[in-house]
Amino acid sequence: MRVSYQWLTDYIDLSDLTAEQVADKIRYAGIEIDVVENRNKGVNKVVVGYVETKGKHPDADKLNVCTVNVGEEELLQIVCGAKNVDAGQKVPVALVGAVMPGGMEIKKAKLRGVASHGMICSAKELGLNDKLLPKEQQEGILVLPEATPVGTPIVDVLAIDDHVLELDLTPNRSDCLSMLGAAYEVAAILGREVKLPKADVDAVSSNAQAKDHVEVSITATELCSHYAARYISGVKIGPSPQWMQNRLMAAGVRPINNIVDITNYVMLEYGQPLHAFDADKLAGGKVGVRLANEGEVLVTLDDQERKLEPSMLLITDGENKAIGIAGVMGGANSEVSAETVNIILESAKFDGGSVRKASRSLGLRSEASIRFEKEVNPEAVIPALNRAAALMAECAGGTVAQGIVESVVSMSEPAVVTLSLAKVNRYLGTSLSAEEVKAIFDRLQFAYTEQGDIVTVSVPKRRGDITVDVDLIEEVARLYGYDNIPTTLIEGATTPGGYTKSQKIRRELRQLLTSMGLYEVVNYSFTHPAQNELFGGLTVGSKAVALSMPMSEERSVLRTSIVPSLLENAAYNRNRKTEDVAIFEVANLYSTDEETLTELPSEQPMFGLLLAGNRQSAQWNLKALKYDFYDAKGVLEAIFTYIGVDQQVRYVSDQPQGYHPGRSASIYLGEQRIGAIGQVHPEIQQNKDLDDTYIAEMQLAPLYEAADFKVTYKSLPRFPSVERDIAVVVATEVAVGDMVSAAREEASELLESIQVFDIYMGEKLGAGKKSVAISLVYRNLERTLTDEEVTEVHGKVVSRLEQSFEAELRK
Amino acid sequence: MLMKERLEELKEIAVSALSKVLDPQELNDLRVKYLGKKGELTEVLRGMGSLSAEERPVIGQVANEVRGAIEGLITNLQEKFRAEETAQRLAAETIDVTLPGRPMNAGAVHPLNKVIQDIEDIFIGMGYEIAEGPEVENDFYNFEALNLPKNHPARDMQDSFYVTDEILMRTQTSPVQIRTMQAKKGQGPIKIICPGKVFRRDDDDATHSFQFYQMEGLVVDKNIRMSDLKGTLLQFVQQMYGQDTQIRLRPSFFPFTEPSAEVDVTCVTCGGDGCRICKHTGWLEILGSGMVHPEVLRMGGYDPEEYSGFAFGLGIDRIAMLRYGIDDIRHLYTNDLRFLKQFSRI
Repeated sequence: MRVSYQWLTDYIDLSDLTAEQVADKIRYAGIEIDVVENRNKGVNKVVVGYVETKGKHPDADKLNVCTVNVGEEELLQIVCGAKNVDAGQKVPVALVGAVMPGGMEIKKAKLRGVASHGMICSAKELGLNDKLLPKEQQEGILVLPEATPVGTPIVDVLAIDDHVLELDLTPNRSDCLSMLGAAYEVAAILGREVKLPKADVDAVSSNAQAKDHVEVSITATELCSHYAARYISGVKIGPSPQWMQNRLMAAGVRPINNIVDITNYVMLEYGQPLHAFDADKLAGGKVGVRLANEGEVLVTLDDQERKLEPSMLLITDGENKAIGIAGVMGGANSEVSAETVNIILESAKFDGGSVRKASRSLGLRSEASIRFEKEVNPEAVIPALNRAAALMAECAGGTVAQGIVESVVSMSEPAVVTLSLAKVNRYLGTSLSAEEVKAIFDRLQFAYTEQGDIVTVSVPKRRGDITVDVDLIEEVARLYGYDNIPTTLIEGATTPGGYTKSQKIRRELRQLLTSMGLYEVVNYSFTHPAQNELFGGLTVGSKAVALSMPMSEERSVLRTSIVPSLLENAAYNRNRKTEDVAIFEVANLYSTDEETLTELPSEQPMFGLLLAGNRQSAQWNLKALKYDFYDAKGVLEAIFTYIGVDQQVRYVSDQPQGYHPGRSASIYLGEQRIGAIGQVHPEIQQNKDLDDTYIAEMQLAPLYEAADFKVTYKSLPRFPSVERDIAVVVATEVAVGDMVSAAREEASELLESIQVFDIYMGEKLGAGKKSVAISLVYRNLERTLTDEEVTEVHGKVVSRLEQSFEAELRK
Repeated sequence: MLMKERLEELKEIAVSALSKVLDPQELNDLRVKYLGKKGELTEVLRGMGSLSAEERPVIGQVANEVRGAIEGLITNLQEKFRAEETAQRLAAETIDVTLPGRPMNAGAVHPLNKVIQDIEDIFIGMGYEIAEGPEVENDFYNFEALNLPKNHPARDMQDSFYVTDEILMRTQTSPVQIRTMQAKKGQGPIKIICPGKVFRRDDDDATHSFQFYQMEGLVVDKNIRMSDLKGTLLQFVQQMYGQDTQIRLRPSFFPFTEPSAEVDVTCVTCGGDGCRICKHTGWLEILGSGMVHPEVLRMGGYDPEEYSGFAFGLGIDRIAMLRYGIDDIRHLYTNDLRFLKQFSRI
């Protein structure tokens, strides 16, 4: 809402405050003001001139030589290039010495040899928003009304020595979508009176009776609680007075003609949108309010044919024909035109939700619909109607017929809200006295009665946002000043606070992984459906969740795997010459088994890992080292060890979807498959333009569940250990992990540790063979092991490997 | 006294020879030559047997002196050579200390999570728990229970990503308020913060992202006052931004709080003097807050006549951008390692 400071002073005394000061007070009390705009962009020494003569420039086709009377003894000769300049016009003239808003200085000049003493100005040159002017005024000089006195400073004529406060209103403060609403707000802040505008419609009424010219009936009583109309005859359509045009322009509304301008002016004043119909175009002098019929169409004021929906509220004439979409836009068939003489003026309360829906579906938002949407003040329907009728008499020569024709479905009562004064202080932490609180209600012009601690407040309908006691407490708080509320600490029982087990693990994991050199990434939850097809099988549900109205196909479904996002990250970085990528993400994945969701989808916390490029870049003393499968596995092993589940994890090479079939595995925690690890399938790598890339993805919930934080100290060994190595030759397809498990099982508690320290394949061994070297450390915690004991257990391990894996001992 | 003279002559020769020694090998040779088992001194002393009992101690003493003198010289020279050798070896071992060290891979927590962790630490210290809720949410929790009934002007279809008419991507972390209250079944106190992802239908640009992070805070108990909200937020920003940080509350509107307040903090860049970041006001708007609306308490299962509470919310992305001077929100989601690597430090 654009609030003109000068206009505001019609309703409230602001003689001691500048526009900026008023703006600060409003801001402090809760309404944001983006800008305080000075409407005078630096216009001085520009006065009204009368073009006495216009002649052609002798040497330039496009220039005119004018003589202009600016109220001084001598006429000024001014060369003007505007097409629309003509003798007999009143125009703004920048005198020699004037500096224009754009910085141009007006000097005595010769234009193609002809002297020019000043400049006839366009609206734009005066710093006006010329979009608010008719087209012909935009293209040429600004032509002023004939009656404008010559020599008057243009700033006075256009009333641009003014500031506009741009209120940025929250949805609850639609009361300030009007000048009077703003005035009530400022009055409450300053503790001053509001002067209401004159609307003495009886003084201008004729003997004619409105009811003889118009009838009103509401069929859609749910959506229109009050419809009031007046009849004004004999209007003469023309421009509205300059003062009204000035104010409309200050508010950002384009002047059109006196009748339309009056409806807009009063809407700005009261917040009540009005509509003027050409009475003679309305069949039967009847106005109805009903819902649209299926397939009905209406050509609106903007000459667009609108397809109406049965939920839309219409205004109709005596033939039940649509003449307007209630609260949104009037119909072209009843439009006020230059020939209009008689007016039916509408002021009504339409349902906000209905107007909102209609304006949405038609894509038509207007100053009127914006106000109706937020529910207009029912108390303003009649005053606004009267005010506009009076102005039509005053500014359009009309005669107002006696009486209001109206249909009232219901009149809402003012909200009565009771408030405990003790609660105010209990709620705010203040120690306000009853007098202080009541004084604030006085400033708001809220009537109240008092009984002990309880104040019963009748809230004026203009403040429809106030319905319960805390709303009143907010009014008290903001007018008392939030700054004046003390700063205290919470009293009452203390709470320990802290992380849950899973939150703690998640945070610790982040620490562990970053300490290993990985970077955490955060990706979007939305993805392309094709991305979800690449990997998967780890979500609970079988289907992805799709958005009903996505912004693009790229982001139309919720991801069911983290890996595609990580691949995108790797590709993005590779395209920017960052080829070494070690990243992880922890995020929720979503899935469902339902075709159409009837309940929330499953959300699973998931971990994803990607390694690509070099683990170690080449250094002056180091060779480059590429990431491989075992780097990825090492990261997972570190995680499993860290959270104490390493003994429960198994890797099964079962060719998970999207992975290199020979370089991948599923991860099992006990019997549950929780993830997958491996190289990205080479075809996917190629599609994504990636080199060898290693990934892992796993569900976190089972890990959170199984995690074991307990650390129990084991006493340090007092007896020596014995180390024995085995080197055996086995078939290449034998899984070394199985050999290790078998060895571990066979050696049982005497085995302290076991490590694979060499794998060798070569011609010497023959095709299909590999040599595996394993080091085992034996120890008895109770006593020193004898050589015989070690030989015995080690022998068992060897024969187990020989039996189970057809291993041949290398000599 | 032939023997004594021979000894002294030997000493003289030895001293003279040793004074000319150039390297450890030569020194060793001389040591063997004079002091070895078959050395000259031993040779001379072999004649001791022929001496009288009176002469023997005298000559013995002389012999010891001679041995002592030669040995002393040899030891000194050995020391000298060893020191020289050590110096040489160390010189040979000298490395270029200006060459770069062997890199340890660093890694970094994402800046958004870094900010979340810092805020969590502060609030956990103040006795808060971390609450979480689903990112795909029921319309009821996301809007209706927060005093935003269907058709409310403040809820705009255009702003939300719906999956069905009743299920949507949460547009705020506030639904966690309701879920927490329902879980606590009408009992106080509640002190939680809930960080998380939220989604709004916004075209991405430097300051808008359709996915971003919010953090909600909620306190519900008997006798929670608006002054407690001020005190809590002041405590938080002073821990986050330093003890000189101040807050300023301005009346505002949120459907789920009443009274509501926007909260400004002293500009973190200029300390309140005014700069480009704070548009020369000295203040930055970083929080929305207010007293929990009685309707919301009721929806959460709390009697508003008995309980009251406050809530606040802040945008993690904005806090991160302000803290690190990030000028484009999209950097937070493109995961450019050149960006992420800048955060591998405290």
